[in-house]
Amino acid sequence: MQGKKSSSHYNRQDAVFKYLLISASLLVVGLFAALFLMLIRGSLPSILGNGLGFLTGTTWDPINGIYGALPAILTTIVTSLLAVGIAIPVALGIAIFFTEYAPVKAKFPLTVFIDLLAAIPSVIFGIWGLWIIAPLIKTYVQQPLVTSIGFIPIFGGPAYGISLSLASLILAIMVIPIIASLAIELLSRTPITLKEGMISLGATKWESVMRVGLPFARMGVIAAVMLGLGRALGETMAITMVIGNSYMWPFANPSIFAPATSITSKIASEFYEATSAIYAGSLIELALTLLIITLATNVAFRYIINKTNKEAKR
Amino acid sequence: MRMVSRKNKDRVARWLSLAITVLAIIPLLWIICSVVVNGISAINLEFITGVPAPYGESGGGIANAIFGTLIINAMASIFGIPVGILTGMYLSEYATKGKFSSAIRTSVESFSGVPSIIFGIFAFTIIVTNVRHYTALAAAFALGIMMIPIVAKATEESMRVVSDDMREAAIALGVPKWVRTVKIVLGVARGGVITGSLLAFARISGETAPLLFTALFSFYWPTGIDQPMATLQVLIYNFALSGYQERVLQAWGASLLLVMLVVAINIVVKIVTRQKYKEGI
Repeated sequence: MQGKKSSSHYNRQDAVFKYLLISASLLVVGLFAALFLMLIRGSLPSILGNGLGFLTGTTWDPINGIYGALPAILTTIVTSLLAVGIAIPVALGIAIFFTEYAPVKAKFPLTVFIDLLAAIPSVIFGIWGLWIIAPLIKTYVQQPLVTSIGFIPIFGGPAYGISLSLASLILAIMVIPIIASLAIELLSRTPITLKEGMISLGATKWESVMRVGLPFARMGVIAAVMLGLGRALGETMAITMVIGNSYMWPFANPSIFAPATSITSKIASEFYEATSAIYAGSLIELALTLLIITLATNVAFRYIINKTNKEAKR
Repeated sequence: MRMVSRKNKDRVARWLSLAITVLAIIPLLWIICSVVVNGISAINLEFITGVPAPYGESGGGIANAIFGTLIINAMASIFGIPVGILTGMYLSEYATKGKFSSAIRTSVESFSGVPSIIFGIFAFTIIVTNVRHYTALAAAFALGIMMIPIVAKATEESMRVVSDDMREAAIALGVPKWVRTVKIVLGVARGGVITGSLLAFARISGETAPLLFTALFSFYWPTGIDQPMATLQVLIYNFALSGYQERVLQAWGASLLLVMLVVAINIVVKIVTRQKYKEGI
């Protein structure tokens, strides 16, 4: 800077800078509001045309103008819950190994693996699931199960490979790193005095993590599950490539080996074809439904995690 | 006797958690192996430099898709990174407990939980329906929004951990607030901002859903940024589902390039941040 500048000059610079920051931040708020408004505006033809029947209908027949979204909504919720159900024990196992048993030298490579698994693009999970896993799972898992316990409707045949259960499995692999890395962070926060107290009283590491670590992180683990659930609900590409995109599940064929359609796969595979206003509106209303579901899980996640952060500070 | 069984339980827990960890690593290795093994046979000079062959003809390459991914990512970064940094600076240095600040914070946090396909639909309704054709600009818009929360959060967090001594020293010297924020606090926090931006770039490099209804796809070299544009991500999706064996193989080749890009950025970030931790200790 050359020479001495008056303080009013600085004040002006400060004010300009502050307004720059405020306008960038306002842009973010504005974009978020616009996202909602545009989705609501886009789905108006469907909200007015289909009414509430949209959420309860089970038929999707654009040619005859019938749009019922219930199978897609159910598929999205069921695949995500199944995926998180598979992922929780695995993620907790990783977190317990990492915080209690892993040698110090193994910790860095382990975080690299977890972060890389989280970084693999979902379309890669899709091509891998479609061309590598689907044929294997069809021959070695689905067909034996169909022939042995196929009389139970949810395990009924035929085995297609691409199916609701394959989508859940791929989703589970995708959410494991998300839940695991948060669980590691939470378990590492166990107060060291409590842990040392347990160990000095003769407790094993397993007992200390079961009696102190996990109960201490309980709420946080629930938050981690919500975070994974949010990711699973909105996942598109991998699901679209392995779920089979059939509207049969769950009403025409309740088997978890049957192909199904999730909200996201419905949008991804039909949005180009949506020529009429009500068809496009129905798909946008599906997106709006998904946005509301994921924001609700996101709000629940943040509520719980803020609470645990406050408790940790106390 | 009881002591032994408790120790055994601990031993079982140790091996079980190790086994689960190994089990979880297998998919990652499997994916990388599949992509490398299948992808490497697709890669040759024509594949790297050519454009896709018309349907029914063999050969062709994916150079236009590589180029398209880089262009769209660059445009998204030009939009997303500055807005993210400015928002992060606001949240760290200027935010109050008032309603305005909490609205910004809520928007940033909510954005990070919005499914990526929703951004695609948003960009479609706000841009594509108005200009009446698919355009790469809409894709960059959607991906740019996805970068904002990642960059803003990284900026805010790395500026927050800057010691207040620095700020107080600057105040004592009579340095104006904007110089203090940009040159001193952001200067100290710049490593975190750069890694956050790199991770955001890696993240959008793999995003496919926001491109489907925005940039669409093209078999030719891009003619302009307001035109449909091929990307690696959409090429993988289209070709993997095409049913032609050669196309599927090309999808694997494109997957290899995409995974290399994403993994390389992540490893660079890991090494850089690890060195920083070591210096910090």
